[in-house]
Amino acid sequence: MVPAPRQWLWWVAAVNWGRGVAVASLITMDDLSNEDILAVLDDAERLLPVARGQAYLPLLQGKLLGNLFFEPSTRTRMSFETAMKRLGGDVINLGDVSSSSLVKGETLYDTIRMVDGYVDIIAMRHPRQGAAQYASDSAEVPILNGGDGAGHHPTQTLLDLFTIRQAHGTIEGLNVALVGDLRFGRTVHSLSHALVRLGCSLTLVSPDSLRMPSEIIDDLQALGATIIQSEDLAVAIPSADVIYMTRIQKERFPDEDEYQRVAGVFKLAAADLAPAKGGMIVMHPLPRVDEIAPDVDATVHARYFEQAFNGVVTRMALICRLLDIAVPAVPDAGTSTDSGGES
Amino acid sequence: MPSEMSMRRVTAINNGTVIDHIPAGCAITVLKMLGVDGGRATPVTLAMNVPSEKMGLKDIVKIEDREISQSDLDKLALVAPEASVSIIRAYSVAEKLQVNLGEDVVNVAACTFANCASHGPREPLPHRLVVHGRDPLQLRCHYCGREQDMDSIVDNLL
Repeated sequence: MVPAPRQWLWWVAAVNWGRGVAVASLITMDDLSNEDILAVLDDAERLLPVARGQAYLPLLQGKLLGNLFFEPSTRTRMSFETAMKRLGGDVINLGDVSSSSLVKGETLYDTIRMVDGYVDIIAMRHPRQGAAQYASDSAEVPILNGGDGAGHHPTQTLLDLFTIRQAHGTIEGLNVALVGDLRFGRTVHSLSHALVRLGCSLTLVSPDSLRMPSEIIDDLQALGATIIQSEDLAVAIPSADVIYMTRIQKERFPDEDEYQRVAGVFKLAAADLAPAKGGMIVMHPLPRVDEIAPDVDATVHARYFEQAFNGVVTRMALICRLLDIAVPAVPDAGTSTDSGGES
Repeated sequence: MPSEMSMRRVTAINNGTVIDHIPAGCAITVLKMLGVDGGRATPVTLAMNVPSEKMGLKDIVKIEDREISQSDLDKLALVAPEASVSIIRAYSVAEKLQVNLGEDVVNVAACTFANCASHGPREPLPHRLVVHGRDPLQLRCHYCGREQDMDSIVDNLL
């Protein structure tokens, strides 16, 4: 029985009474157990009507998220903001880095300590690897890592896993091909860990110069991973359940010549998908440049736009989890008695 | 007795520090990390590739008129975690020090990855390296998680 709107706050408090300790911060996928991951995906599933605007559930009313993006972002920043507002919370943004105190030489530590006093939770992206851990060690409130240099991007991983489970009904036992920039690509660093832990086989397809870092390969093998490494995308297509394309990130290369040697090396067109399994899905964290041709969009395999939408629902679930707020069953679309009131 | 023969290769010192059981070939690195260079007025003795029962081959360093500190021992742990250190006074062993490499190496060396967040100018949190493996020694940065380049870590000592 869903309570009337005026009873929401009392009801949310009652649901959360006696819950376990929240996850402190989400910096890498090591901060979540397999059970945590599946619980977040289940919470996200329940929140789908709220993310679509078909139901209103103000679980985060009175809560404030600090969106600290020291590096450009469209999807991640906007989906954090959408997630917060769909659940009745609010957001403050760092804004343009060039007009902040950072240009005056303020340390990351001081910036975080200051914002820490303003908000209940922080989502951040930073060009330096390790910045999210550094922020977490500086702050009292939970930190959600929205990407730290070429390090990790665990919130992207949750939405990727959600998309995979949505398409295949399961994650365990799938063969996932990670393609492109595996060296600098933080999305694949986090995703590979989670996939292996959840029982997937990996095919890593990249140019030799953009192979997955050795410490990550070591970690994956220590987890018992079955890994095939290849430079040929065509070989990976027939056996893949998921092809996860990534952009060769020009901004991560130390020089233009090195980038030009590998730019455009993997391009996936609809015709290339002829030998693929019927249920195989093509994913991409976006933005894409030329690694997926527009004609793939119309195939049954394309999932990257649904994937981007899933960023909202999984981030809703993650914010609730880090703030130790239980996600209840959500009424079916159209049955909510609340007509609005989002802050 | 190979160890006695080894010790006889270099003369006894009056006062100072003897560092034994340094991995073969690492004595010069040890001197560099302790800041011992050609500018010293007192003798420094170095023996490399000395036969050792325990290690096969080892290096030995004797530094006269200097007793190494705890912070020196912390640095030494990164290159010679099995080293035995003796403080010598009046030709006798006055103290034996143990090199103990804990799980966390705090404010001994900075991360060798140039784009690590810990390198930000005036950032106040301590530099932290975490022991990931001991034989061979593998360290990872607490912040960025990158495996440390053990060949260049001497250049990053604090």
